[in-house]
This record gives sequence, C-alpha cells and structure tokens, in this order.
Amino acid sequence: MSWPTYLLYLAVMAGVTYLIRMLPLTVFRKEIKSVFIRSFLHYVPYAVLAAMTIPGILTSTGDIRTAIAGLVVAVAMAWRGMSLLSVAIGACLAVAAAQGVLLLF
Amino acid sequence: MNKLFLKGVKHGLPIGLGYLSVSFAFGTQCTSGGLSVLQALLISMTNLTSAGQLAGLQVMLAGSSLIEMALTQFIINLRYALMGLSLGQKLGPTMNTPRRMFFSFANTDEIFAVASAQPEKLHHHYLYGLMLMPYIGWSLGTLLGAAAGAILPAFVSNALGIAIYGMFLAIILPPARKEKPVRAVVLIAIAISLLFSYAPMLKGVSGGFVVIICAVVAATLGAILFPIQDEGRNAA
Repeated sequence: MSWPTYLLYLAVMAGVTYLIRMLPLTVFRKEIKSVFIRSFLHYVPYAVLAAMTIPGILTSTGDIRTAIAGLVVAVAMAWRGMSLLSVAIGACLAVAAAQGVLLLF
Repeated sequence: MNKLFLKGVKHGLPIGLGYLSVSFAFGTQCTSGGLSVLQALLISMTNLTSAGQLAGLQVMLAGSSLIEMALTQFIINLRYALMGLSLGQKLGPTMNTPRRMFFSFANTDEIFAVASAQPEKLHHHYLYGLMLMPYIGWSLGTLLGAAAGAILPAFVSNALGIAIYGMFLAIILPPARKEKPVRAVVLIAIAISLLFSYAPMLKGVSGGFVVIICAVVAATLGAILFPIQDEGRNAA
C-alpha cells in the first residue's frame, strides 16, 4: 500500500483509538459516589472478558474439537486459581495434544 | 530497580507472551493483504488493540473511507471508554494528568483486567511496569508474523491461537468462583454473547458492538441485583 494513503488511515485509526482510551481516564477525575455506577464499573471487566471469550475461543484454533479440548483444560486450571501464564500454556498444550490425537484418525 | 515497577513487569509478562502469538497472526494477515513489514509493525506500535486493528486492516485493504475507519474504531473500541472510567477510580494520587495520558495508551483489555484485580490503589511505577512486556510482545509478534508468517506450521499457530483466551479465563474464573455476583455477571454476559453469535436476527451485529451490549447489560443487571455498598470492598 502506498505510504501517503496508509499514513492517513493509520492517523485516523490510532487517533480515534487513543482518544477513546485517554479522555475518560484523564478528564474524569472525581471519585464516583453513586453506588450504582461504582457497582456497574466494577462488573464491566468481567462482562467484557466473558463476552470476548465465549464463543470466540471456539473458533480460535481452526477446529472446534481442538478448541473445546483447550477450553476444558483452561477452565479446569483457571478454576483452581492457576496463574495467567500457566493457564495460557496449558490451553495451548491441550490444543496441540488434541491436534495430535485427531491425526491418528 | 523500583520494586513496584518490577512487580508490574512480572504481572505483564504473561500478557506479553499471550500477545506475541495473537499479534503474530495479525502480522501475517497484514503482509498477505499487501502491507509492508514496517507498515504492519507501525499499526501495532500505535494502536495496541487486537479487535480494532483487525477491523482497521480490513477497512484499509478494502480502500474504504476515512469516516468508515473512524466509525469502526469508535464502535469496536468504545469498551475502552468504559474500562477507562472504571480504572480511573482505582488510580492512586501519583497518577497526575501527563501520567494518565501516557498510561491510557496501553489500557488494553488484559492490562485493564490485571490492573483492576490489584487490591491497592495503583501507582504509576506499577502501571509503567505492567505496560512494558505487553507492548514489546505485541510489537515484536507483529514484526515476526509480518516477516516470517508463512514459515510457521499451522499446527503451531493453531495451538497459539487459544493462548489469549486461556488468559481471559484465568482472569475471570477465580473471582467468579468466589463471588456470586461476579459469577452471575459472567454468565449473563456469556448468554447474551451466545445469543448474538447464533440467533439468526442478531448474527450480523459486529463483534465490537456485541461486546459493548454484553458489558452494558450484564454490568447493569449486576449493579441492580448486587450493588456494592462498602467502598473499600470494591477491589475484591
């Protein structure tokens, strides 16, 4: 892609993304008193990550069967409170193992 | 070296490793679509967001208008505004305006989730440490993917594809196990997300928008059903 065109796209893309992140964090400084809004904001991250994971995880490996193997292992490890890195590696190894098993058939 | 900074780096390491694999995939898509290696790298270094970059790349390659680029980024990344508001409540007194402006660049889903899960108010040294490895991982992964994407066998890239989701689960499941309200919010969000993925009428709604709807509905229901009264408990 030609650089002038690319740079215009890049400026818009990065600019919008940055402003969305920067303005709420920087401009809004007051401690929120409303119990409702505080509770709402407390629950946002869990809702966001849950919605991004399910069903996105099922199409993350190119084969729903290997993805389910990874999902089951990740849930079991995460449920026990294992670290982010351990769970991520465990899920990858489970997918790799499931791919190996599928090759046998 | 500062202790808080090192603690942040340690917390950011798994995120950085997760990003390495995800951005690797992004890098391959860039060069196969016609971008140069440097162009691919610059997108990751200036945006630092997975869903937004993927959508942005599609807009670029399709040659669509700049307005469409701005709108796409706005909708897909609107969740960061919610996260920024939420995290803003947890920042300690050392986080002045320039530091907020600097850190907000790196307020990704994962950095936000890890930072939110800290019991104490956040110090800028910790946040700077936390953003370091994810930024390196995201940029380096894109560079490697753009330069050498075709070399990696599908067997390996398929397995790496799940890494980021394993990380998400490790963030949400322990609190969901301990606290009933979090469990309820997670289940509601999953139910709505599934509805939008498989219900015939709703399937066409874009991914970024679905995440916003899920977050707003699930967090609103959570706030109505399980309001958090005690301010000190908010960090749990």
